[in-house]
Amino acid sequence: MALWKTDQTFYPSPRMAMQGPPEKLAFVATFNPTPQNGKPDAMCVLDVDPASPTYASVVGRVAMPGVGDELHHFGWNACSAALCPYAPHPHVERRYLIVPGLRSSRIHIIDTKPDPRSPQVVKVIEPAEIASRAGYSRVHTIHCGPDAIYASAMGSPSGGGPGGLFLLDHESFDVLGQWEVERGPQYLGYDFWWHLGYDVAMTSEWGTPDMFENGLSLERLVKGEYGHRLHMWDLRRRRHLQEIDLGAEHQMALELRPAHDPTKAYGFVCTVISTKDLSAGIWVWRRVEGNGKWEARKIIEIAAEPADPDLLPPPLKQFKAVPPLVPEIALSLDDRFLYVSCWGTGELRQYDVSDPLKPRLTGSVRLGGIAAHAPHPKGGALNGGPQMLEISRDGRRVYITNSLYSAIDAQFYPEGVRGWVAKVDVNPAGGMALDPNFFIPFEHERAHQIRLEGGDASSDSFCYP
Amino acid sequence: MSGLWPWAAIALLGAYHGLDPSMGWLFAVALGLQENSRRRVITALFPIALGHFISIGVVVLVAVEVMSRSIGLLRPLGAGALILFGVFRLLRPRAHPRWVAMRVGAFDLILWSFLMATAHGAGLMLLPILIRLPSAAPMPAMVHHGHVMPAVAGGALGVIESLAVVVLHTGAMFTTMGIVAIVVYRWIGLQILRSAWINLDAIWAGALIGAGVLCLMV
Repeated sequence: MALWKTDQTFYPSPRMAMQGPPEKLAFVATFNPTPQNGKPDAMCVLDVDPASPTYASVVGRVAMPGVGDELHHFGWNACSAALCPYAPHPHVERRYLIVPGLRSSRIHIIDTKPDPRSPQVVKVIEPAEIASRAGYSRVHTIHCGPDAIYASAMGSPSGGGPGGLFLLDHESFDVLGQWEVERGPQYLGYDFWWHLGYDVAMTSEWGTPDMFENGLSLERLVKGEYGHRLHMWDLRRRRHLQEIDLGAEHQMALELRPAHDPTKAYGFVCTVISTKDLSAGIWVWRRVEGNGKWEARKIIEIAAEPADPDLLPPPLKQFKAVPPLVPEIALSLDDRFLYVSCWGTGELRQYDVSDPLKPRLTGSVRLGGIAAHAPHPKGGALNGGPQMLEISRDGRRVYITNSLYSAIDAQFYPEGVRGWVAKVDVNPAGGMALDPNFFIPFEHERAHQIRLEGGDASSDSFCYP
Repeated sequence: MSGLWPWAAIALLGAYHGLDPSMGWLFAVALGLQENSRRRVITALFPIALGHFISIGVVVLVAVEVMSRSIGLLRPLGAGALILFGVFRLLRPRAHPRWVAMRVGAFDLILWSFLMATAHGAGLMLLPILIRLPSAAPMPAMVHHGHVMPAVAGGALGVIESLAVVVLHTGAMFTTMGIVAIVVYRWIGLQILRSAWINLDAIWAGALIGAGVLCLMV
């Protein structure tokens, strides 16, 4: 399976990755929100080559062997981190998608070769193996690391905590065990990533499975019980270094987007909702020169938008406003543009974060939204809102899907989210516009994370600037 | 002439390890880029070479110890070690020490380089050559005439000679690694990792096995 030359989708630096060819295919995880009907979730292949006659359509599909997985996030077996100098393995292929079911805890290994348009499930890691070897359950984020595949899990097999990280061998896909040696005060889990140049990893907080599998609990939210902290870790020694509390009113600290340039020691995280005013927050964490400690501060606050209570679902009627609900952010490979999904208000924002402490709003596109139902030229009025984002390596295109999580979709879009994938084209100088020809609707299933053939702006990490 | 080729082979193997990105120059370049400092590239090369030196030195030391007891024993032991290790590299070509750290001091680099060279089998590869070094090898003329005299027909390498093996090998490795590191850092850039990094895993594993067989034959 080894290649004779370095896998040509591996790039030493984010700068070099941006010069790579544009993607022609994309993979999107779709799940069946009504698993009672016995239909499995699927990995779909999208044609994203504008020169192709089947542009903007589903051209391939592989169903999962089980039912009720709730496919969510996924990642590659290997990526540019394989070029890291201390444990290089450049001749491993970027070939397999590692696709966990967030609800089922099964991990599917999907082979995208020889024909990426007809991927195959070649291995399934059962929840019992993950539970017995790592003690975890409800698998969430997957990142290809320099030495192994890293995965985050939301909690323990019984549905409580702690959530944390575990490792998979990047050749055999065996579960290697729990990652943490010393977890300190960390209990809640969600996303993770790292600053490879600083030997530091960071994790964020959502909640344990029993806090979200039946939907968000308003009572717990008001009490500030969902996650609101960042944890910084020693990546080498796997020890907890520092806890950064963003404040209990900032509920659900989710996606972590460290600078791609490994010499930069800062990154961005979003908090979904403030219990004070329903706003959402974007924060920067950064390393303080001198003492090497980490600090975080809020750089963007997105306010709730007033709305007619008749248009609002039960939990929001009393507020007469739609919260922006920011569950996802994405950072371009040059660390210049940060994209922010406002899933509640139905808006995708673009900020220039060249100076991470002084962000400038440079673009906005409206799609869907709880009250607005902003239309797409090809899809009519939409529901759901911009949620999962994927930026192309060159930073010129952003792909968008609209479902968050089945139990939460039902709370904010009780009429049922209609799944779709849309795309915006980015002006390299700033600004973006909806691609009027790219709209892929899904019937009876919902799209979640997208990955682009050959890598994208959230799949790879780099050891060289 | 026959006295020179083992030394040339020792130096060439050193140069080969110096060229291999996973043996050190790439780490030195990465540290230089991370700290934006050419000085850092150069200072990293010394501990990396020292780690390599120790890894090779341990193998030579063990070989000399075995030779001092019985020159005949080194052949089967060396051959066995090489063939077994070669088969392991063939089965698990990308097995390497688990190491995730860019913030490294000199001691870390010595340890890292020692582990990488050892896991690669860098020192083992010298065994067939050690057996053939003049003081270790039986004098061909004597054997032909049937007058094998134990004192002359092969003995352990002396201290000076053993040290010369390790210094020559590591010196060649250091020189090559240093030139590549500086040239890549200053002029070529890391694009070369995509174009010129050929997979020699299987060939190297085959060479280890071949060297094992050679041990038995020479």
